[in-house]
Amino acid sequence: MAITANPGRPDRTAIIKKGISRRYAAERRFRLFGIAAIGFALAFLLFLFGSIVSNGYTAFVQTSLQLNVNLDKDVIDPTGTQRAQDIRNADYTLLARRALAAQLGVDTSNRPAMREIGGLMSRDVDITIRRLVQADPSLIGTTVPVWVLAHGQVDSLMKGQIDRTLTASQRRISDQQLGWLDKAEAEGFLSKRFNTGLFTYGASSSPETSGIGVAIIGSLFMMMIVVTLSVPLGVAAAVYLEEFAPKNLFTDTIEVNINNLAAVPSIVFGLLGLAIFINMAGLPRSASVVGGLVLTLMTLPTIIIATRAALKAVPPSIREAAYGVGASKIQTITHHVLPLAVPGILTGTIVGLAQALGETAPLLMIGMVAFVVEYPTTPLDPATALPVQIFMWATSAERGFVERTSGAALILVFVLVCMNLLAVILRRRFERRW
Amino acid sequence: MSTSAIVLGLLLAGLASYFIGAWRARDLARKTEEKLHSRPGYFGGYLAVWTVLPALVLSLIWGGAEHFVVRTIVKDNLPESVQALSAAEQTLVLGRINAIARGIPNLSDEDREVIKKSRLGFATADEAQRVMQARGIVMGSAPAPYMISAAYDQVSYQNTSRWASTGLALLLALGGFLYAFSRMAPKLRARNAVESVVLGGLVSASTIAVLTTVGIVFSMLFETIHFFQFVSPADFFFGTVWDPRFSAPGRTGEGQFGLVPLFWGTLYISTVAMFVAVPVGLLAAIYMSEYAGPRVRTLAKPMLEILAGIPTIVYGLFALITFGPFLRDAGAGLGLSISASSVLTAGIVMGVMIIPFVSSLSDDIINAVPQSLRDGSYGLGATQSETIKRVVLPAALPGVVGAILLAVSRAIGETMIVVLAAGIAATLTINPFEPVTTITVKIVSQLTGDLEFNSPQTLVAFALGLTLFTITLGLNIYALYVVRKYREQYE
Repeated sequence: MAITANPGRPDRTAIIKKGISRRYAAERRFRLFGIAAIGFALAFLLFLFGSIVSNGYTAFVQTSLQLNVNLDKDVIDPTGTQRAQDIRNADYTLLARRALAAQLGVDTSNRPAMREIGGLMSRDVDITIRRLVQADPSLIGTTVPVWVLAHGQVDSLMKGQIDRTLTASQRRISDQQLGWLDKAEAEGFLSKRFNTGLFTYGASSSPETSGIGVAIIGSLFMMMIVVTLSVPLGVAAAVYLEEFAPKNLFTDTIEVNINNLAAVPSIVFGLLGLAIFINMAGLPRSASVVGGLVLTLMTLPTIIIATRAALKAVPPSIREAAYGVGASKIQTITHHVLPLAVPGILTGTIVGLAQALGETAPLLMIGMVAFVVEYPTTPLDPATALPVQIFMWATSAERGFVERTSGAALILVFVLVCMNLLAVILRRRFERRW
Repeated sequence: MSTSAIVLGLLLAGLASYFIGAWRARDLARKTEEKLHSRPGYFGGYLAVWTVLPALVLSLIWGGAEHFVVRTIVKDNLPESVQALSAAEQTLVLGRINAIARGIPNLSDEDREVIKKSRLGFATADEAQRVMQARGIVMGSAPAPYMISAAYDQVSYQNTSRWASTGLALLLALGGFLYAFSRMAPKLRARNAVESVVLGGLVSASTIAVLTTVGIVFSMLFETIHFFQFVSPADFFFGTVWDPRFSAPGRTGEGQFGLVPLFWGTLYISTVAMFVAVPVGLLAAIYMSEYAGPRVRTLAKPMLEILAGIPTIVYGLFALITFGPFLRDAGAGLGLSISASSVLTAGIVMGVMIIPFVSSLSDDIINAVPQSLRDGSYGLGATQSETIKRVVLPAALPGVVGAILLAVSRAIGETMIVVLAAGIAATLTINPFEPVTTITVKIVSQLTGDLEFNSPQTLVAFALGLTLFTITLGLNIYALYVVRKYREQYE
């Protein structure tokens, strides 16, 4: 070969050959780095999901006790008049304790034991029984089987979150209670059942009776407001900017603004909502209407940017054909361009809504961290939102809340992943090459 | 009627007049045998616009102004002893009046009679209070007689105003309808008129974006100026101690509001996050756009998108209950004392949150580098990784820098992860295993109590918010400028 034939020079082929293996090694290394990066991200994703699922799946079942409650007439309605007020104020906790004591074979006159028996049941056990009686007063005097919630500590113990081998003072369940629980489980009136309360209850100080019901309603109200406001406004703004706007200082300002707004920290939107909607306009604190408005302002830029991209993708030939048959500019857009852009707009809207649904920080600013027990009936009532409920539970100390926090997070992530998946499917399905 | 009822009524009227207009246009065309200028629907739209728009604008403005006007009148009519109180106490009084006023419409006629009497002095305020409490009006201690009478006035002003606005809206709607109906003619340029209204609507929709920014800036600026009346800007921006002792509203000079430790914590955590997000995100983007086959890409890309779709509260929760304790235990195994909520915990989790952001932006930018550059490099015998390192990356560098700047601005403004995983103590530490706090954490902790908005303790949140807004705005504008300029190079 020509290169090796020159004796005055070093052997280039050898150098190149030597270099090649080094260069190929570098090539492989670089490739490996890339795979490692993706692997790291995916491993973290798995770690995250694994942690939430392993912490949270137990929240979907709840330990309950089946009591054969004797709805004693002397306790509920001693006068026999069936007055609504008597029925409301009767001591149902006592009835529940007596029922459990009877099933465990404990003497009801033993007061310390009765107190410990009471500690096995949820503090709201009376409400469950009272509702039953209020719904059907003819039950008074009979014995009915009722499923009631066990106390949060009992629930934690049954799910293995409390170590049985600890001393009684450390696990907050006495040896006697432990014995009763084992007996109850063996006899089949203590078991884990699907936790419907997680989806229906509001805020509560005891973990077993707290749920995301109020938060779901609040989130729904807010999403309704966001959809009805941000979609028409966002699409209208995008149509103007993309189809009509002349290139001048005003439209340039709007354009820069929208890009900036998409990157403004969400908490700043919360401050805006606090200053304008609550302090200035006098809307109530903690109300989902304020949350909805704030989230609308946050979602607008996302929708505008997505809609503009979708409009841009519609080829000019469509427009020209419409103009050719005498359509006005607005007719062209409403009859031809917008319908063709709908899949793109929809994809962007779903992504924007998913962001809004998962947003927490701005809602903290407008007081949606309130302790709301009752269901809101209008968007002006105090409410909370799903991510805020997670935040509130995450910062409360009681053990039983840990699994609820992760359980609620699991539900939220599930909903959001579904929404994002829908967006991806829509994009794939309606992707059109012109 | 309330504003929302008026709006609903107007929309129904608009729907009706749309059909009337369309019918009328067809009718006219048939009778005069002239060709319509526009399609009948536009005539309907013309009629509907004239019926709805003026009345709607009036009711919305009226509804917005009512609150202020009524409040001002009520405030001016308060007795002099109240007028002499400080602004904070006046707000309190007005709040109680509001609470009473909200309850009055729920009262029965007899109860209302009692209140009327108490107002004129025939019954005592106690009696009135009893009546109202029975009706579920919550008001703490007994209201002064002037409060009840002010509340009563407020309700009657509101009623008058509602009647007036309903009447005026009806009048305007009717007038608009009649005017437009009288102009109905086949030659009427209905399409042009309707389309100019639609265009106006589009313009106002896009103006909202500008108004939002203006709203953000002004609302925060006012409160910040208010804050600087309590604390000097120099103490705020250069103070190294953050210790906002919670004091009663109105008292000044208590607590120290030094921004420096918060700023330091924010920067420190963001830096750690960037050390995680930039290499991982960039390498992932390179691998996916340059090496990965379609199979890997269709699998890995949606996975990264899932990472982007997880809400930050879930990342925060993960940092709090799993990753923080995990780091602490791992540190203990190595003989390091790592606090569960530390710079490292918050930084790493935040970094992972930002990975998909960096990777998808860099992916776009790397894809925008023309293939001819790569082909030239291969032609010279370079390997793929050499091409990427020596040709593609340098060409994409400005865009990548822009993407990183955007990511930094995200990290600085991120709230939920740091609220749950960074700690609350404002310390100036360089040890990554210790907790620090950030600007966003402090905004949250200053504003999640039940405080009035006239103490430095709450107002400082707005000063912090404005600082945060300014920093991120600067970063965003610069980043967008860089990204855009780079994109145009190859177009």
